[in-house]
Amino acid sequence: MKHLASLLLFTITAVILSGCGYNTLQTKEEGVFKAWADVESTLQRRADLIPNLVETVKGYAKHEQETLQAVVDARSKVGSVQISSSDLSNPAAMQQMQAAQSGLSSALSKLLLVVERYPDLKANQNFLDLQNQLEGTENRINVARQRYNTAVSDFNGAIRRLPASLTNKFLLKLERKEYFKAEEGAKTAPAIKF
Amino acid sequence: MARILSRLFLSFAMVSCLLSLPALALDVPALSGRINDTAGMLSQTNVTELKQLLAAFEESESTQIVLLTIPSLEGEVLEDFSLRVVEKWRIGQKGLDNGALLLVSRDDRRLRIEVGYGLEGSLTDMTGGRIISRVIVPRFKEGKFDQGIHDGLLAMIQAVRGEFTAPQASAKRTTGNDPAGLLFLLIFVYSFVGRIFHNKKFLAAISGAVVSPVVGMMIFPQLGIWLLALVPVGVLGGVFAASMSVGGRSGGFYIGGGSGYSGSSGGFGGGFSGGGGGFGGGGASGGW
Repeated sequence: MKHLASLLLFTITAVILSGCGYNTLQTKEEGVFKAWADVESTLQRRADLIPNLVETVKGYAKHEQETLQAVVDARSKVGSVQISSSDLSNPAAMQQMQAAQSGLSSALSKLLLVVERYPDLKANQNFLDLQNQLEGTENRINVARQRYNTAVSDFNGAIRRLPASLTNKFLLKLERKEYFKAEEGAKTAPAIKF
Repeated sequence: MARILSRLFLSFAMVSCLLSLPALALDVPALSGRINDTAGMLSQTNVTELKQLLAAFEESESTQIVLLTIPSLEGEVLEDFSLRVVEKWRIGQKGLDNGALLLVSRDDRRLRIEVGYGLEGSLTDMTGGRIISRVIVPRFKEGKFDQGIHDGLLAMIQAVRGEFTAPQASAKRTTGNDPAGLLFLLIFVYSFVGRIFHNKKFLAAISGAVVSPVVGMMIFPQLGIWLLALVPVGVLGGVFAASMSVGGRSGGFYIGGGSGYSGSSGGFGGGFSGGGGGFGGGGASGGW
C-alpha cells in the first residue's frame, strides 16, 4: 500500500513538472536564442562583405564619395549596436538595432543604384562575385529573420497559454521576445538586379 | 432582417478572404527522383544520363543534388519558392546538410541554385553565381536547355568535389537529449539510491538532490543553471525510493528496456528521397 502511494506521488510530481510546460518553455526559449544567433551571424556576414565592396567600387567610381561614405558610416553604426540574448525582450534595444540595420540596407541599395552608371564596374568579375555574395547574404538574412519570428511567435504564444503561463509566472519568469520586423521596402526579395 | 443579412455577408466575406490567402502560394511538386523535369525542358537521353550521374555522385560522396524545372512561378518570388521546395524535400543527409537544388522556371526565365548548410563552404554563393552566369545562362540564351542544365549540374558536382568529401551516409543520431530518457535515467538512479540508503530518508534525499542535476547535465547540458530545478525533484525522488526499498531486499524497482531510438537516415533502397538536410537560404539566383 505504501509502495503504491509513493509511486503515485512520484508519478504526479513528474507529470506536474513536465505537464505544465516547465521543460517546453525553456526549450522554446532556447529555440528563440538559437534562431537569433543565426540572424546575427547572417547580419555579421553582410557587414563583413562591405569593406571589400566599398574598395572595389571606389576603384571605378571615384565621384561617388558621398554614397560610399554613407555605406561606411551605416556599417560602423551597425557594429556599435550589439544585442545580447537578454535584449531580445527589450523593445527599445531591438528598435535601435533594427533602425541601424535598415540604415545599412538603404545605404547599400543606394550604392548599388549608383553603380548602374559605371559599365566597367558592372563588368568587373570581382564586383560580380561580391554582388552574388551580397545577394545570397540578403536572402540568408530574410530566411533567418523569418525563422526567428516563427520561433518568437511560438514562444510568446506558449508563455500566454494555460497552464504554462502559470509555470512561467511563478517559476520561470521568462519574458516575451520582440519580433525582428521586415524593413519597409525590403519585404520582397533583395532588389539587386543587373 | 437586413442587418442580419449584412452581418452574415460580412462574416462570409471575411471567412472567404482568410481561406483564399494560402491558395495563392504555388504548390511544391512531389519529389519524383533526382531529375524533376515538370516543365519538360530535357530530352529523354539527357534525363537518363543525368540520373545516373547524380546517383553515382551520391553513392560516392553522399551529397544529394536534385534538379527541378517548373513551367512558371505564377508570381511567386523565386527565392521563397526555392526554399519551400528544399524544406519540403529535405535533400542532403541529416546532420551533414549536404544537399543542393538547381531550380529553373521556364517562362519566368529565372533560375536558382539553392545550397544546403553543409555545402556552403564549397558551393559558395560566389561559385553558384559563377556557375549560373558563366555556365548555364550562356547556353540557355542560345536555347540549349539540355546542354545548360547538364553542364550546370556537372559544374555543381565539380564545385562540391573541390573540397567536400562526406563520409559514407552516416546515420548521425543524437544521443540522449529527450525528456523521457532523462526521466528513465532519474528513476533508475533513484532506485539505486533507495537501495543504498533504505529507510535513511535524509541521506537518500541529499544524495538524490546531488545526483539529479548531474544526471540532468549529462542529458541536457545546455540548460545550465536551470538544472538546479532538479534538486527538489532529487529530494523527493530520493525519499520515495528510500521508503519503498524496505530492508534492501525488495530492491527498489527495476525498469527494463532501452529508450528506443529510431534510425533517421534517408531511404536508399529502390526509390529516392531526401535524407533530411537543412537549408538556410544560401545559394545564388540569375536569369537569362
